[in-house]
This record gives sequence, C-alpha cells and structure tokens, in this order.
Amino acid sequence: MADPGLPGGNAPSAAVKAVMDKRADEAVAQKRRAALIRMLGFAAGFIVLVVLVNILAHGNFLEPRNLTNVLRQITVNAILAVGQTFVIITAGIDLSVGSIVGLCGVVMALVANTLHLGGPGTFVVTLLVGLAVGCAAGYVNAVPVVRLGLPPFITTLAMMQMARGLAFILAHGQPIPLADSSPFDWLGTGYVLSGIPGFPGIPWVVVVMAVVAIVFAIVLGRTAYGRYVLALGGNEEAARLAGIDTHTVKTLVYVISGGCAALGSMLLMARFGSGAPQNGTGAELQCIAAVVVGGTSLMGGRGTIVGTFFGALLIGVLNNVMNLINIESYTQQIVLGAVILLAVIADELRKRYLAGR
Amino acid sequence: MTAAAQSAPLLRMSGIVKTFPGVRALDGVSFEVIEGEVHALVGENGAGKSTLMKVLSGAQPADSGEIDVDGKPVAIDGPKTAERLGIGMIYQEFNLVPDLGVIENIVLGVEPRKGLFLDKAAAAAEAAKVLGELGIALPLDRAARRLSVAEQQLTEIAKCLVRKARLIVMDEPTAALTDRETDALFALIRKLRAQNVAFVYISHRLEELPHIADRVTVLRDGKTVGTRPIAEMPQDDLIRLMVGRSLEAHFPELPPVAADAPVMLDVRGVSSASGVPVNDVAFQVRAGEIVGLAGLVGAGRTEIVRAIAGADIPTKGEIEVGGARIVVRSPRTAIRAGIALITEDRKAQGLVLGMSVRENTTLAHLGQFVRGIFVQKPLESAITNKEIAELRIRTPSPEQTVRNLSGGNQQKVVLAKWLIGHARVFLFDEPTRGIDVGAKAEIYTLMVELLRQGAAIVMVSSELPEVLGMSHRVLVVRGGEIRAEFARADATPDKVIAVATGVAA
Repeated sequence: MADPGLPGGNAPSAAVKAVMDKRADEAVAQKRRAALIRMLGFAAGFIVLVVLVNILAHGNFLEPRNLTNVLRQITVNAILAVGQTFVIITAGIDLSVGSIVGLCGVVMALVANTLHLGGPGTFVVTLLVGLAVGCAAGYVNAVPVVRLGLPPFITTLAMMQMARGLAFILAHGQPIPLADSSPFDWLGTGYVLSGIPGFPGIPWVVVVMAVVAIVFAIVLGRTAYGRYVLALGGNEEAARLAGIDTHTVKTLVYVISGGCAALGSMLLMARFGSGAPQNGTGAELQCIAAVVVGGTSLMGGRGTIVGTFFGALLIGVLNNVMNLINIESYTQQIVLGAVILLAVIADELRKRYLAGR
Repeated sequence: MTAAAQSAPLLRMSGIVKTFPGVRALDGVSFEVIEGEVHALVGENGAGKSTLMKVLSGAQPADSGEIDVDGKPVAIDGPKTAERLGIGMIYQEFNLVPDLGVIENIVLGVEPRKGLFLDKAAAAAEAAKVLGELGIALPLDRAARRLSVAEQQLTEIAKCLVRKARLIVMDEPTAALTDRETDALFALIRKLRAQNVAFVYISHRLEELPHIADRVTVLRDGKTVGTRPIAEMPQDDLIRLMVGRSLEAHFPELPPVAADAPVMLDVRGVSSASGVPVNDVAFQVRAGEIVGLAGLVGAGRTEIVRAIAGADIPTKGEIEVGGARIVVRSPRTAIRAGIALITEDRKAQGLVLGMSVRENTTLAHLGQFVRGIFVQKPLESAITNKEIAELRIRTPSPEQTVRNLSGGNQQKVVLAKWLIGHARVFLFDEPTRGIDVGAKAEIYTLMVELLRQGAAIVMVSSELPEVLGMSHRVLVVRGGEIRAEFARADATPDKVIAVATGVAA
C-alpha cells in the first residue's frame, strides 16, 4: 500500500478502556439509582397523597365503597388509554377514540335491539359487532398513515369528525335506549366476589379493565409484537431495515386503539342501558392525558401500560377527591391541567438528570 | 501561517474542567488559537474534543477554567455570546433548516430588515457578496435538504462569515466529502486563513492534517497531551500521543479467495430509482471475497447496496444468493435470503438508540427467541453476552442503552445484530465512519473472520486507503453505474480516482 491511511491496532489503550468501562458502569448504576428513586418517590408520594386526601375528605376517601367507585369511574378512560399508549409509542396520536366510542355505542345498541338470540348470544354478537366497527375505524385511520405517510394527527382528526357525524345520523340525534338491557346488566352494574361479608365486591367493569390492562401489558412487554412497536417508535427506519414489517405493526396499533374504544363503549352502554351518539366526547384528550401522565413519550419509543394505568388512576383519584371536598368543576379543570403539566415537567427533569445535563 | 499578532492569541482556554455525572470529560484542558491559523484538534473518541468545543460554543458551560478572547477574559454563556465573540461552529451534522433556501439559511437569525419586514433583496445581496468573495457558486434558491453534503457545508461556512466569525470550528468536515470536494474545501480554508480567519479543525483523518493544519493539539482522556506545529509531528508520533502507545498494523492481511470458491452473490442488471438512480448494475462476489465499491459521494454506491438489501426496491434485475434466485421486495425478503446490510448511518438507520444492547442485538432475528408467544429474555441475554464477549463490545451489561455507548461500540452492536443470524452476504456501507482507530482495526479483523467462515462481503467506503486495503477487487461507481473493475494488485489511488471523477473511462 502506498498510503497506509488510518492506522489500526488491536485495541484501544488500557487507559481508554478503563475510562470507557468506568463510564459505562456509572451509567448503569445511575440508571438503577434513578429507577429506584423514581419508584420510591412514586410510592412515597402516593402514600402521602392518599393519607392527605383521606384527611381532607374527612375519612370518606378510603371507604371501600368510594374506592370501588374511583376504579369504576376510571375504567373507560383507562381502557382507551391502553390503546392510546400503543399509538403514542409509535410517535402517533389517535384523536378519534372518543368519536369511535360514540359510534360503536350507537351501532351496538341498534344491533342489540334487532337481535333475538337470548341473553349471552345477544351480548356476544353485539360485542363482536362493536369490536369490528372499532377495529375497522382504526384500520381506516392507519391506511393513509402507513401508505402515504400522512400525519396521524390529521387522519384521526378526520375520523373523529366522521365517526361522530355517522353516530348522530344512525341514532337520529337521540340516545338509543336498549329495548332489553338484561344481557348487559351483569357487566354494567354487577359485582364479582360480592358474597363475602363486609366486602362490597369488585365491579365487573373493573375486572374487564384489569384484564385489558394485563393482557396488553403482556403484549407490549413480553411479545415480539410489543418489541416491534417500541422499536418502530424508537427508530422506524432501523426497524424496517431489521426486516420488521413496519406497515403491519403500525396498522395494528390503530386497530388496537379502535378496539379498545369499542370495548370502552360497551362498558358505557352496559352501564347506562343505551347507546348515545354523544358518548365519549372529549375522551380522546382525557386518555392522552392519562398516557402522558403515565410517562409515555409523545416522541415515541418509550412507554408502559403500567404507567398508563397509574396515569389514569391518578387522574381518577384527583377527580374523586375534588368531588369529595366540594371543589367546583371549573377549579377541577385547572387542577387537572396543572397536574398534566407537572407530570410532563417531572418526566423531563428526570430524563435530564439521567442524561447528566 | 500568516503574520499573526504575537501579543495575545485570538483564543486561549485554560484549565477547563467539565464533569458529567460519573465522568470527568475535561480535566484541565488548555488550548490556544492564534489569528489566521488552522489548528487541528485530535484525539480518540471520548478524548474530550466535542465537549471542549461545546464549552467554546456556549452549548455547555464549563465547571471551571478560563476563556480569553483577544487577551480579555470572557464568559461564554450561550451560542449567541459565542457568535458575538466571532466564534462560528460547524458541526458534523449540519445545523441547516432543511426546507429553507440557501439564502434564508445563511442569514438565519441575522436577517436584514426593512422596518417590520424582512428585506429579501438585502439578504440575497449579502449572501451573494459572501459567496462571491469566496468564489463559490451555490444554487441560492434551493432548499437545504436538496443540497449535496458539500454544498450544505459551504452554506454553513457562508453562515459563519455573514456573522463575521473570526474563528470557525469544523468537526470532521471531510468525513462525508469526496477527495475532490475535500481539495476544494482546503482551498477555501486557505483563502480564509489568508484573510486572518482562524480554524479549529477536528478530524479523525490524520493523513490530511499535514495538508491543511498549521499546528495540532492532541487530547487524551480529557487532558491536553501537547500542542506542536504539524511539521514537527509525524503521523506515527501523533498516533502515539493520541492513544498513549504506538499502533502498528493498518489493515489485516486478506486471505486469498479460493480458486473454486462458489459465487455467493450474483447481481444481474439491477436498477433502482431511489436517490441516485442505479442503472443496470451487475457483479458477482464469491465466498471469502471482499469487493470494494469506490466512488465519489453521491455516485450511487449506497443506492446499489440498498437495492440489493431491499432497503430500496429494485425496479429491474435479478439477484441470486448462493445460487438461489430471490425477489427482493422488502428488507425482510433480503434478510431471509441471507443478506445483511450494515448501513452507513448507524444512528439513523442501524440502531434504536433508546433500546438496550440486548434489544438491538436481537431485533432482526427476534423470532429465534420466541417460545409460544413470549420473547425469552434469558435466551436473548445469553446470545447478547456471547456477542459482547466475541466482539469485545465495551458495555457493562446487555441492558445498557446503546445511546450511551461510544461510536465504535455502537457499530459493533450493529454488527452483532447481523452476526447472530444466518447471513452469508454482508453489505458494509462506510463501516468505519466516525469511529476510533482501535475499533476500526477490530472491525477489519471481524471482516476477515467472516471471510474465513465463507461469507461474501461488499464494502462501500469513501476512504480510499480503506477500499484499496480491504478489498480483493475494486469496482468504481459513477452516476449509478459500475465504470471499472480493478483487481487488488492493479488498484492504485490514481486509477480509481481517475475513473471515479470521470477523467478516465
């Protein structure tokens, strides 16, 4: 060789290696430390909050009846937020979930009122139709995003308008009462384990929420699909070049989100005995708030279902407490807005601490 | 060097300390630049060059230490302050607004105004004046994203000059330039030097320093090891100072290709239409052979390997791997056929930076680790630990986020991702860009090891010595076509450059 070019060697010097190793060790130790601090902070904050809240509410907060109420109240939001988490991890957003709740409720009420299958049959067919509508709406959201690279903000905004409009047309502008609500009553008002003396039981809706959260936590955390969702959100091009079918992975997150909206809609219908076209108005922002408070990054690539669940819980608890201590609803809005902002600021500060800046 | 004012240097940094949690990035660095000199700053990755420049540009404040400009102490508390002091920064990843035109980018933040409104005519005049003085022509209305790398760099330089910069810091300015563009850049730097503009020139390409630098400062482990005129610093000394010991070797010896080695990759008449159009490319690579793709930046080399790997979908042509014809419709089909593409830009295309070493390593072959419906983390960890050991990836654990690894170790994670599969054809696109000398050598050694195992390798590199030193055969690409083929013995820099630049057929 005429020109030796850049010199090579077998390894960097021992000094360089030592610095590298030290740096890496520190980084991991720091990561662990930060995680521990975060968890302890979370637990301590939670306990303090609960005690404080209970005092403020004159002991009413920790009443079993009230606690089940809190859980019951967060179910729909938590379920929507689970689906939203998948979308947001891919750096997308789904603004249509609230309208899908409305549309599915109307469709399911119409279906239930035309079926004469008897209890379980009606329930199952109605649910399946609702899920199909929700998933189809999600699929329609995804196609322009995946094929043309359009921003999901736009496609889901369009779906938000269309689904809501369609819901009102199908319902002729009025809530559709269930002719026979009996196939749905167990879900709407029933309890599990209510036979135990002194224990009020767990509302069925809470059980459904728990199952949804657990199933999707496993999907996100333990399956190849979940890994691909996180990878795609972190670096879509790297994911594609790694042979991942990014189109399908991305399409499915919107389908999941639409399906979760349908499920949420079913819970509302079972509870109120009707499908109302205005159901779920504003729900998209509520569930996005839960996802963000739960630590999922709007930039994509990072997020957990557990975090989202606690995000929804935190918002639910705040609502409940503010009601218990008679804070008027306008003030409640201010507090909730502030909590969202604080949660995101806290998350950003934590990231900066981790990055060592 | 021009007649520099010997009284006070343009810039003096002394005793600069900057600590990050757990790392002392700068440990009392001293550094001095006089008017009208080109001052090279070298050191291995992690030596502290970038941090020092961030302190200088106001991006990150130092913990302690002094900075004097023209002999007067200054506090650089932000990029605006640095700009006011006449310090301009040109990072390796340019800071242009992709959708704004050349003029708008040049005057960004210092736009001439007429009352409340932007004065477009004045902006255009100002940009034209600066460019005219330098004797460079740029398409003034073109959006920055449509400029070539060299044109973007010229825009950055013009941006500094409009701001009356007296000291311009350039980080790896030639990393993505062809030899001809590099020469043009050097001519421009000399011209500005003659006008008393000083440069801090950061580069891994030590062989170019004697051509452009006046003095050189070596950093190691956050300390200044020494500053000397470049003429008194032979390359070997420079390397010894950088790494703290001497490195020999350059390139490992390539094992000869067996006479009966089967054709592993057969590319016939492949065309593609993404980026630089690839037209009717045909070549073969045998098992145990490295074929180097040489050419200028923008010649279409990257597009050729991308078409083979399905990163871009070929519009025409046939590809055979190990004798079996494959239809490439996506990266996935290519991977299944045993083709691995190690992309040129590991951060944008090779890695998910926020994921761990383990998750990145298994990403392309996750199916291997699934039992039932669950990904088995212990299996993943086992194979990742094995690759960490074999490739000597310096990471405390497989759970470390790859963002926190050095460039060389990140590149090794990219390699690990493809090594755990069954790839038989490896397409390396700029495999050693931006990584330090030690890691480079390790990557060359790994390539030789792959050859011994019967792999076929295609290597794209803009570093001519690397192409010539690490290939059995060299194909020269220009305008999306293969223009010449040289056997290793015949491939000389002159011949390759002549074809690459269009001087020879």
